[in-house]
Amino acid sequence: MTSPVAEPILRVGELVKHYGAGRGNVVHAVDGVSLSIGPGEVLGLVGESGSGKSTVGKCILRLTEPTSGTVSLVGRDITHLSRRALRPLRRDVHIVFQDPYSSLNPRFTIGQIVAEPLRRHRIARGGEAARQVTAMLERVGLGAETLSRFPHELSGGQRQRVSLARALILEPKLVVADEPVSALDVSVQASVLNLITDLQRDMGFSCLFITHDLSVVEFLADRIAVMYLGRIVETGPTAEIFAAPRHPYTQALLSAAPVPDPVKQRRRRRVVLSGEVPSPLDPPPGCRFHTRCPVAVDRCRTEVPELRDLRLGDHPVACHLVTTDHVPDATATATAGE
Amino acid sequence: MSLLEITDLTVGFDTEDGTVHAVKGVSFGVERGEILALCGESGCGKSVTAMAVPRLLPSATTRLSGSIKLDGRELTVLPEAEMRRIRGKEVAVVFQEPMTSLNPSFTVGYQITEVLRRHERLSARAARARAVELLELVGIPAPHRRVGEYPHQLSGGMCQRVMIAIAVACSPQLLIADEPTTALDVTIQAGVLDVFRDLRDRLGTAIILITHDLGVVADIADRAVVMYAGRAVEQAPVEELFARPRHPYSLGLMRALPAAAVVGPDGRRRLTEIPGMVPSPLSDPQECAFHPRCPSAQADCTASRPPLERHGDAHLAACFHPGGHP
Amino acid sequence: MAEKTHPPEPIVRWNSGRADRRRRLWRRFRRRPMPMIGLTLVVAFLVLAVFGPLVSGDPSAQDYLATLMPPSIDHPLGTDDLGRDAFARVASGARTSLQAGVLSTLLAMAVGIPIGLAAGFYRRWLDSIVMRLVDVTLAFPFLVFAVGLAAILGPSLRGVVLALSFAQLPAVIRITRGEVLAIREMDYVSAAIADGATDGHILFRYILPNSAGPLIVQATVAIPTAIIGEATLSFLGLGVQPPTPSWGVMLSDAQQYLDQAPWLAIWPGLLIALATLGFNLLGDGLRDVLDPRSGP
Repeated sequence: MTSPVAEPILRVGELVKHYGAGRGNVVHAVDGVSLSIGPGEVLGLVGESGSGKSTVGKCILRLTEPTSGTVSLVGRDITHLSRRALRPLRRDVHIVFQDPYSSLNPRFTIGQIVAEPLRRHRIARGGEAARQVTAMLERVGLGAETLSRFPHELSGGQRQRVSLARALILEPKLVVADEPVSALDVSVQASVLNLITDLQRDMGFSCLFITHDLSVVEFLADRIAVMYLGRIVETGPTAEIFAAPRHPYTQALLSAAPVPDPVKQRRRRRVVLSGEVPSPLDPPPGCRFHTRCPVAVDRCRTEVPELRDLRLGDHPVACHLVTTDHVPDATATATAGE
Repeated sequence: MSLLEITDLTVGFDTEDGTVHAVKGVSFGVERGEILALCGESGCGKSVTAMAVPRLLPSATTRLSGSIKLDGRELTVLPEAEMRRIRGKEVAVVFQEPMTSLNPSFTVGYQITEVLRRHERLSARAARARAVELLELVGIPAPHRRVGEYPHQLSGGMCQRVMIAIAVACSPQLLIADEPTTALDVTIQAGVLDVFRDLRDRLGTAIILITHDLGVVADIADRAVVMYAGRAVEQAPVEELFARPRHPYSLGLMRALPAAAVVGPDGRRRLTEIPGMVPSPLSDPQECAFHPRCPSAQADCTASRPPLERHGDAHLAACFHPGGHP
Repeated sequence: MAEKTHPPEPIVRWNSGRADRRRRLWRRFRRRPMPMIGLTLVVAFLVLAVFGPLVSGDPSAQDYLATLMPPSIDHPLGTDDLGRDAFARVASGARTSLQAGVLSTLLAMAVGIPIGLAAGFYRRWLDSIVMRLVDVTLAFPFLVFAVGLAAILGPSLRGVVLALSFAQLPAVIRITRGEVLAIREMDYVSAAIADGATDGHILFRYILPNSAGPLIVQATVAIPTAIIGEATLSFLGLGVQPPTPSWGVMLSDAQQYLDQAPWLAIWPGLLIALATLGFNLLGDGLRDVLDPRSGP
């Protein structure tokens, strides 16, 4: 989808975010994440709770201040810009949140909510703003009668459409979507996902799509980055990762998500990971996954694996066991389900 | 005789706007040692149906009719005192949110032994030994140590295992699990589902699993009941349901999944949407409730409501046109 | 959904102007009986405070030939121990009491809300300092604090208003800050920040409107408390000075004549109770009307 020479819309370099958690404890939410998104590209950032995926999104929008590392938008480093200097650049990046019930100001009408970015950046006001808002609402499948409604009068799916309209009305270059369909029912989710892909292709924005749901990223992402405990363990083209995951964690994650087909599902070999995700207060040394990894060796317990691609291509993995001629197979130790 | 036999169950709730009928004439049975999935989207009435069994619905505002028989006993007319003996002992419930379902002020062991001492009158020592056994049964490592820990010291997945341990403490015949893995990560979910499978295999517990996730249904259930707008629209053994869905809603749910994306005429991958919205729970149409959203609806769908009829072995569907879905 | 045609002229407006909004709010308000009763009571008291003294005559005029008289045509509410007309004193006292109650509360809100907003929004050292001070002052009972302040400020209506508003301040700051802490975590606030909204915009368009409910309730509870507070201060000689009447002064004066002239206690007591009721009902109504989620 992207040519390697194109200037990336977003480039995140060695991003670190540590929170103080009282009594001298530090939460290692994000620990050295690098990624980039090309023009018109959709990157799926996948991980389970505590992986730090949402923190990455918040750092990109500077909703939280990174501890170190850089965030560049269209080649411009925004990491150290003051809030005032950042303000005009915010035209180009918008965010959609997961919870359709807390992401819209309950005191504003839908019209006011969608018009906010227009007013903020002094793009349009009055009748012109009304025209643009109506047109945008229509693009997300909502009629003009929605304008004077309040958020509590809409369903969850309609609210997510409003969030999309608000995020897209300035035609941003990048949209950060943080689990935008996870709170929705399957049938509603389908229509919102279709809408997102349609809008993305028509408007051409780049998208960082943060989710825990593998089937959703498989549907709409061009590339995937898998996070575990604050680090990216594997990244590459979607089809390639789904066909041949290299990192044992990715393999476990893919095998754990049940497929909606009883015949296939019951024949699959599943890796049931032992133990729990370690606390980000005290991440394990070496490879962070080694405490649950079915194929870990001594080296994994001491030495941090770098994200690199030993085989040529665009599919780096952070695992000591991946070499030019070997890929570990976590499912080899697994049992078939039933 | 089935372990549980629900016949023509109707549940309404009194609200300011009138009575909301959450469940309308639902009938199904659960066999001993069977895992039955009760599935559908939010508001379809799946949780209300299941919670009517242990009578965990707010009694002041609930209007309930129909019959719920556990092992031949009619539960709907049982005095509350007897019902209390059945709850926890014969029918146990596991809820969605493990972190808020446990009492933060007591150790895990205390919360397990509490049930045992209430229903089985075990001594403190015997109850504690049993608690350790139960934690082991649900796959908690180092159960001797965990027994003395507090809920906040455990992860979400561990808490859910503890909840299951409490639920099965008195070896109930029926376990009702309301979205037990929805709040958990997928790698944790797989392990918790294994616990359920294991309980059924080892103890012969029948399980009603309430879920919106068809992947979970495909993984663990023997049979499934699909609900829409308060009614059971289809029931079938799971392989049969997924291979040959007879109700257009069941089919629509399967096709709406991201995994079922199709390539459209313009070369773009698309999901198959179910157009329209769920009808208001205040309305009670005398027609097929799904027909406004149904791709294969015909004139007779609005004339009367299709009854749940047999289409092949153990396969029931409430549709006038169960064969011809495009 | 897809074939919806574009309206030729987008005549649907969403923020529909201030006048429209006011009309809509008034319509929502009017439909509810309880807030209307509250509004009626409050308006009646304002009318009494403004126009009462004009028709009732001099509240300080003494008539030693008619002391402790029961209600009559000449003195509809009776007279007190100095022969002063109780109606004139009640009407004139309404001015004092309402000023003490409403002005002190408004002042406390005007000062406390911005402090609470800033402390809750910016946190850090500002929050630490403000909350330490608030905790310390909240350790004193409201009236003890007010009495101490009034003693410093000297006996006058202005002193009373300042003392009472100061005494209310910690509660206002604490409630505001609590609301800010909860609301600033909402996704719609994050979305506004991500849009580049200024702090002022976020504070006054997002956080303040969404914390209006608890603040209005606080105000409606604070006004009657302050009316009674004024009574106490005046009773202790720290409030308005005789012969200026206030409901509180009247109530405490009436105590010694309870068996001879109970009406002297009944009128101010009843008015304080009705004012409390009126402000409470009005406050509940305002809170509901301002919240779009509470129906048409």
